[in-house]
Amino acid sequence: MKKWMNTAAPVLVIGALLLLWELVVWFAGIPLYVLPAPSDTLKTFVQEFPTLMYHGGITVMEALVGMGISFVVGILMGILIDAMPAFKKCIYPILVVTQTVPVIVLAPIFIIYMGFGYAPKILTVVLMCFFPIVVSFSDGLGQMEEGYLNLVRTYGGSRLQLYWIVKIPSAMISLLSGLKVAATYSISGAVVGEWIASQGGLGYYLIRAKNGYMLDKVFACVVMIILLSLMMNGLVKLFGWMFTPGIRKR
Amino acid sequence: MRLEVRQLSFSYTDQQILRNLSFSVEDGEFVSILGPSGCGKSTLLNVLAGILQPLGGEILIDGEEKKEISGSFAYMPQNDLLLPWKTILDNVCLYGEIHHRKAQMKEQARAQMARFGLQGCENKYPGELSGGMRQRAAFLRTTLCEAGIYLLDEPFGALDVITRGDMQDWLANLSSSLKKTILLVTHDTDEAIYLSDRILILGAPGEGIREEIRITEKNRTREWLYGQGEMRLKIHRIIKEKQRNGNEKEE
Repeated sequence: MKKWMNTAAPVLVIGALLLLWELVVWFAGIPLYVLPAPSDTLKTFVQEFPTLMYHGGITVMEALVGMGISFVVGILMGILIDAMPAFKKCIYPILVVTQTVPVIVLAPIFIIYMGFGYAPKILTVVLMCFFPIVVSFSDGLGQMEEGYLNLVRTYGGSRLQLYWIVKIPSAMISLLSGLKVAATYSISGAVVGEWIASQGGLGYYLIRAKNGYMLDKVFACVVMIILLSLMMNGLVKLFGWMFTPGIRKR
Repeated sequence: MRLEVRQLSFSYTDQQILRNLSFSVEDGEFVSILGPSGCGKSTLLNVLAGILQPLGGEILIDGEEKKEISGSFAYMPQNDLLLPWKTILDNVCLYGEIHHRKAQMKEQARAQMARFGLQGCENKYPGELSGGMRQRAAFLRTTLCEAGIYLLDEPFGALDVITRGDMQDWLANLSSSLKKTILLVTHDTDEAIYLSDRILILGAPGEGIREEIRITEKNRTREWLYGQGEMRLKIHRIIKEKQRNGNEKEE
């Protein structure tokens, strides 16, 4: 009963809010260009699904490439931060500063430097995604119990083996947490980049729909962005499930 | 392998733990080290294992001085330290993985699984095993190190009383067939009496070995152990006496 309630409660709350929204729009007679009802959004989502899929494909591609670059950069920087305290002291403040500048400010600058292609969008994704990966991974590397490291040392393990055999696998849980955050940000990052200037992607679709006061399409696009963000999060969970079987059975 | 420690000293920043400590362990001998908390038992094993660097002194193995971490010692700490993301088979082959002989070691490990009560556990993860089984896996990992001297730092200290007793029985049977030099650090007087050929009792930090007790009984059983009240009392007296002397000195 309790388990059923845990699942049903959020569904019921969301359902009730959507119903309230629907009723307010219908009874108040709010026009479509001000606030579309959930039923209008759903109808538009179904009608526009092929177009949303096309633009969504571009956004996902940018997000995946950005995530891939963030992953590689994040792993390398995480190891360097853990292995070299001096590097951490030098680089950590810069990493924090990069996160204090709003992406919406940086995206137009990237477009000036890199043109209207995929590169500035991917860079926007990287900027949003690499920070949680670096922080979570370097923290995970630093939290390994000294006893494990001593054991490998007494067995004659090299520093490289210390990382490969013990530290990196032990940091996987922290890394997965960072990756989940980054995956959720990745779609938004790509959309922000497309929003500024692009010829395709959900950001491009969104700005065109907004300029035409087609708010049902804007809302349908938001639904698509939410679904794709959840999908990226799910991919990270799947990655974790596949590559960390021992951690599942702890 | 014969182990000889000469004039070994070690100090943390604020306290000297080992001062000119000397003792030896013969080839194939089982020696336990007892002593009050903080007297330097675990520190001694850490120095021998190469985790801590001594201030001075010599460590000789079969008469030759050991300078850095060598393959002579197999160290087993109190916690099993099994890597939770690796299967039991992969865990026990850690030494082989480090020295690029994993496949060969897996064969050896499979052959030893039953002897260590781990048959059928090859593909399980540490989280799926009981405390006793995990310790046995950690011990198998230690024996696969191809080292001549085992350094056991309270290997059963984290187990409940019943499991600890079972593990002591198991180790008593196993150690006679292993024919290795074993140095065991323990707080448990009964464990030391039951398993050892010789017991070294350390005094307060820096005092060194205060007493050495040789146990000659070959046919050891639990019943024999229960009858060793006098020896137990003697060991407790030595430990407490030295503690008291240490406190008097401090006062």
